[in-house]
Amino acid sequence: MSIPSRHFDALIIGAGGAGLNAALQLASADVRVAVVSKVFPTRSHTVAAQGGVNAALANVLPDNWHWHMFDTVKGSDYLGDQDAIEFMCREAIPTVYELEHAGVPFSRLDNGKIYQRAFGGQSQDFGGDQAARTCAAADRTGHAILHTLYQQNIRARTHFFDEFFALDLVRDKDGVISGALVLEIETGEPLLIEAKATLLATGGCGQVFRTTSNAHINTGDGCAMALRAGIPLMDMEFYQFHPTGIAGKGMLITEGVRGEGGFLVNKDGERFMERYAPRAKDLASRDVVSRSIVTEVKEGRGAGENGDYILLKLDHLGAEVIDKRLPGIRESSRIFAGADPIREPIPVFPTAHYAMGGIPTDRFGRVVVPVGSGSEQVVAGLYAAGECACASVHGANRLGGNSLLDILVFGRLAGKDIIDFVRENPYQRSVDPASLDEAMSRLTRWDQKGGGVPAHQLRADFRKCMEDHAGVFRTEEVMAEGYQRLCELRDQFKDARLTDHSKVFNTARIEALELQNLIDVGLSIAVSALHRKESRGAHSRPDYPNRDDVHWMKHSLYYREADRMDYKPVRTKPLTVESFPPKERVY
Amino acid sequence: MKISVYRYNPDTDQKPRMQDYEVRPFQGMMLRDALLEIKKQDESFAFRHSCGEGVCGSDGVNANGKNCLACVTPITELSQPIVVRPFPGRPVIRDLVVDMTQFYEHYRAVKPYLVRTDPLPEQEILQSPEDRDKLDGLYECILCGCCSTACPSFWWNPEKFHGPAALLQAWRFLADTRDQATEERLDALEGPYKLFRCHTIMNCVEVCPKGLNPTRAIGLIKDLMLEKGF
Repeated sequence: MSIPSRHFDALIIGAGGAGLNAALQLASADVRVAVVSKVFPTRSHTVAAQGGVNAALANVLPDNWHWHMFDTVKGSDYLGDQDAIEFMCREAIPTVYELEHAGVPFSRLDNGKIYQRAFGGQSQDFGGDQAARTCAAADRTGHAILHTLYQQNIRARTHFFDEFFALDLVRDKDGVISGALVLEIETGEPLLIEAKATLLATGGCGQVFRTTSNAHINTGDGCAMALRAGIPLMDMEFYQFHPTGIAGKGMLITEGVRGEGGFLVNKDGERFMERYAPRAKDLASRDVVSRSIVTEVKEGRGAGENGDYILLKLDHLGAEVIDKRLPGIRESSRIFAGADPIREPIPVFPTAHYAMGGIPTDRFGRVVVPVGSGSEQVVAGLYAAGECACASVHGANRLGGNSLLDILVFGRLAGKDIIDFVRENPYQRSVDPASLDEAMSRLTRWDQKGGGVPAHQLRADFRKCMEDHAGVFRTEEVMAEGYQRLCELRDQFKDARLTDHSKVFNTARIEALELQNLIDVGLSIAVSALHRKESRGAHSRPDYPNRDDVHWMKHSLYYREADRMDYKPVRTKPLTVESFPPKERVY
Repeated sequence: MKISVYRYNPDTDQKPRMQDYEVRPFQGMMLRDALLEIKKQDESFAFRHSCGEGVCGSDGVNANGKNCLACVTPITELSQPIVVRPFPGRPVIRDLVVDMTQFYEHYRAVKPYLVRTDPLPEQEILQSPEDRDKLDGLYECILCGCCSTACPSFWWNPEKFHGPAALLQAWRFLADTRDQATEERLDALEGPYKLFRCHTIMNCVEVCPKGLNPTRAIGLIKDLMLEKGF
């Protein structure tokens, strides 16, 4: 069968903050760039980011990038690469100014500068007093940034393929990535997009868990495509559970609520965070707060009829502050929790939120893999940025406000690097038909008819299993049992079938394609977690309660083939400053 | 609980039809939950949705004759039997999925991006909190399309009238003290259609799931035109 094809210098898969910021660099430099997105760009999940983006602008309290770097290294539980972290914290400042110049409607201080709020894990002077580093547009910062980036891409005349689903990467005869096979959702027809460089910017994978702050579209597509191309995923065991999801539903309530002065109480009205983090209290790191909430509930101090949630109190802030700084939260809480936070607390519980791990890259967004005895070799022409990538700036736990920063800084840098790459590599490599056939089979496989497991049922079972076996606290027993069950579900996938074989806007088929991605990425989380025998950041094991720097201060690499694990060292040497050696992490 | 849903699949159907489904309601159920339940019963049913919390703007539909965002519409607010149709006036691709191309074209046509001609400062462009407040009620638009597809003027002149969503964004940039393209923006809105087909019917205000007021924004654009002598 003949598949139509299009040619571009660069292909970007994903139109969230990372993809759009990369696209903006490329389009502005007159590089022919195609952005493929399975949804209209402003529907990408960057839109849901609330609290803000970190940059040491020092608009409210004294600050500098070096303190930001210290907090990020400490927050990462010393698993983040310090060169990449230094780079990101330095770049944060011009990046936020650039965004402001592009039109982001940041909230303002009386002197006209960008408003900044306090967020968790932030300090002045290397662990001193609370800092205020998070630049905010009320509590809709992600929305403001995503729309601005899309708008600037309109100005730059970026070529968008809206509602096209990426099936798989394709290669030439030498195995070099040379684009991707995509599916036009409206027509149900495949299209080959050939490009000299390909950037994966597909965002998160929160849908691997049943209860999540992530959107329906966050199915780890880019991570799974990388896995199927033989590329490992790094540090996937580190999955962040945001402390304050709306109880039982999972929608996000920003850390900005606590940054503005809100706090958590248990059923007795006790501010329990004082016991777990005497100094930072409610603004301790997210992993710490999530574990504290789960512990409170487990020990019988949860609120509500079933004692299964905690209360987030902010009525003392007053209606004016809430309406000015947290209007979206008030709206969400009223709609989904039936509670108006001006009068009553919001019922909350941790919700699956963010993958610290992802496709391993260097700080230019280039995908790197171990080859022979070397731990990092660049994969020519393949880039990754944003949540699907791992640079690694978040290590074992991400600080609030650092994810919008990550997507913007590394999206931008990947764009810049691709400009150089396509200039140095001006000739398109021709796609190997065998590679195309393989990508195509991922689609045609769903044309099979007959009885089998319904794909949507398998999706639900898989997500439930991940939630039960790879949550906030993980023991050998629970994880081993989970792994076995996940393997069974993976086997069942071979027999999964659709009943709807139509072409036009067949969302059941898209969801089935996503299911394969969820399974691949879910397994990478479960297997990486099972192997890491220590507690670090978001990976918390009651059977190995301590951090073990001697054996485990290293990055995990998961390969899809045979669920194989490999490891590589943490880059502890920054670019220009002294290294921050591992210390006990207290808040 | 019975829900009647518009069904049309161009691969298999000659013409559209309404199909009834029985859905078990639960406490706090949103219309999107009900549509997902239908999808579980019948995977051939298609509708767009994503964030589930009213920020991505994917799941605009017409329920009981009124445009709404399914994920933030409690089923208790809808009288039964609930009748769900695609947005009016848009070509249907399949079931509740409509072609929004024209809607996006109008959005792009108003140049919805900040234009700055002065050299940029090293730090942020300063803006007072009062000036920033002028963007509230404008920048929050999620481009769901509930407003424009509820607007009779947009139904009658979909090629020429920009519609409330695009015009709200036109005002968002006119109202931004950092923007330096006021004259060009106003110039581009001149003529009998793009802006002036708004007859203040105010359906847009009634249906906006974010509580925004495009009619007011359109009025302010007209005022500014007068002020500038257009």
